Amino acid sequence: MTAVTALSRARVRKSSIRVLLTTVTWFVTLVFFFPVAWMVITAFKPESAAATNPPTIFTEYSLDNFAAVFGSGFGGYLINSFTASVVSTAIVVALAFPAAYALSIRPVKKPTDVLFFFISTKFLPLAAAVIPIYLVLQQLGLLDNVSALTILYIGMNLPLAVWMIRSFLMEVPREVIEAAQVDGANVRTEMIRVVLPIVAPGVAAAALICFIFAWNEYFLANILTSTLARTTPPALSGFQSGRGQFLAVLSAAATTAVLPVVIAGWVAQKRLVRGLAMGAIK
Amino acid sequence: MVTVDSPTRAVVTSRPSRPSRRTPPDDIPLSGRERKAVRTARLLLWPALAVLLLVTQVPFVVTLVLSFQEWNLLKPGERGFVGFDNYVAVLAQGEFVSSLFSTVLIVGASAALSLLLGLGLALLLDRKFRLQGLARTLLITPFLMMPAASALIWKWSMLDANNGMVNWFLSLLGAGPVSWNTDLPVLTVIIIVTWQYTPFMMLILLAGLQSQSPEVLEAASVDGAGPVRTFISMTLPHLRQYVELAVLLGVILMLQVFDPIAIVTRGTGGTKTLPYLLYERAFIGLDIGEAAAYGVLSVIVTIVVATIALRLLFKIFKAEGVVR
Repeated sequence: MTAVTALSRARVRKSSIRVLLTTVTWFVTLVFFFPVAWMVITAFKPESAAATNPPTIFTEYSLDNFAAVFGSGFGGYLINSFTASVVSTAIVVALAFPAAYALSIRPVKKPTDVLFFFISTKFLPLAAAVIPIYLVLQQLGLLDNVSALTILYIGMNLPLAVWMIRSFLMEVPREVIEAAQVDGANVRTEMIRVVLPIVAPGVAAAALICFIFAWNEYFLANILTSTLARTTPPALSGFQSGRGQFLAVLSAAATTAVLPVVIAGWVAQKRLVRGLAMGAIK
Repeated sequence: MVTVDSPTRAVVTSRPSRPSRRTPPDDIPLSGRERKAVRTARLLLWPALAVLLLVTQVPFVVTLVLSFQEWNLLKPGERGFVGFDNYVAVLAQGEFVSSLFSTVLIVGASAALSLLLGLGLALLLDRKFRLQGLARTLLITPFLMMPAASALIWKWSMLDANNGMVNWFLSLLGAGPVSWNTDLPVLTVIIIVTWQYTPFMMLILLAGLQSQSPEVLEAASVDGAGPVRTFISMTLPHLRQYVELAVLLGVILMLQVFDPIAIVTRGTGGTKTLPYLLYERAFIGLDIGEAAAYGVLSVIVTIVVATIALRLLFKIFKAEGVVR
């Protein structure tokens, strides 16, 4: 009898701890997500209700700010961002897949040395390379040029892509490739017809991460572009204004800018972990 | 967990590898087929290596050359070799040392805070509860946000002295308005960077937690170990390498942090980190030689950090069988 009540009491205590922990989890989650949620809410507010103290909740929500954002030529910046991100990602994958293939399946001398060379370039500060890049582009008349930015993004994302794709290739059973070789397949067939379909989800994850980094890149874009090739991250700053209120339109522009990557990241979140840890973690 | 106990890898490594699969040793003459394989591998590798050399390594070399020149874009006539003058000037001005201190403070504090918060969140998420997936999805969002957008939203929507949401919450608690941006610039940058990187730390640590074998944890609880005991003597040691990896990658990314500083504080009040200082010298001061010297010095700082980091990384990867 007493044993039974003690047991159920313990069970009650255990379940109340569980409820408490879940409450804490949700509280912290909402605190973390709040700036994002507030940005989206503000994007639909009229300018007069956007920056007030205390904050305004009940107001007339509309799409006017988005109309203002696109009316100011934001679409062009989005297209530049999209071009630089998509083209650089496509080329990165085209270069990284064979390289990763050589480093994992084909025999290369000292594969780890090559690998660590790749990753060490990722560690060096971009700031130290930007001055000569700026001067050269200036000489060639390629400042404010989307193609120039695209090439730099290729260099920026290549190391990460090689590491990531290699980590997926390491899991391909050797028997599959050996079977292909016995059948007399050449390297290209072996690579594209046999191995690529197996690691396609991993390659897609690597591509997504490269896309995210290129889409979000601010430092190079801010220095190397001005009007024609301006991408979204530096263009966002232009929505700050010295006179009058701007928070609602700024929020609408920011919401538009982050939307593609946030949604893509949500969809692929499980694979992102591995990419971010450069394949050290599954 | 990681590659070691994956079944395919186990097969690959336990089988004595055939000569054609291994890196051929230098002293043994290769057969024609093997030589061809090596050549093909090189052919596959070269395009990527060439692009990387051209885009990242060549500019560094040029930076090094420029750092020994006097070259101010405002005075185009006076260009020439000046030896170590730029370095002497840079170190004598004292801005480098204070900038180094700012960098260490901001990166150190943000890394420590985001690690602790990330660990807490990973532990909270590593339980079964309703809508667990949704909570995780919401929590990773700050890391996916464009850093420039995050910086602007924090500056104007959250931390604005008059209309910011943070000051409004503080006023509900009876605390006076804080001019975050002007009075506490370092803390402001740390808050923003921590917010951005906590999901990153959380994701890596969560992967670590979920790779613990449930049987072992169950055995511990059958043996009468409480949750605290299990956490300290089993989970923490298991998590160590994930913590190392998270800190390492986080610090490397944070060392390059530029967006919140350029957008929110413009390097005022002790937030002038090395990347921002260099940017200011080169693109506002137009002093190419001095900026290049800052560039070389920040590369040296990064190399010191990265050498330690790489050694650690190599150890982790080796332990996990990622690199053979």
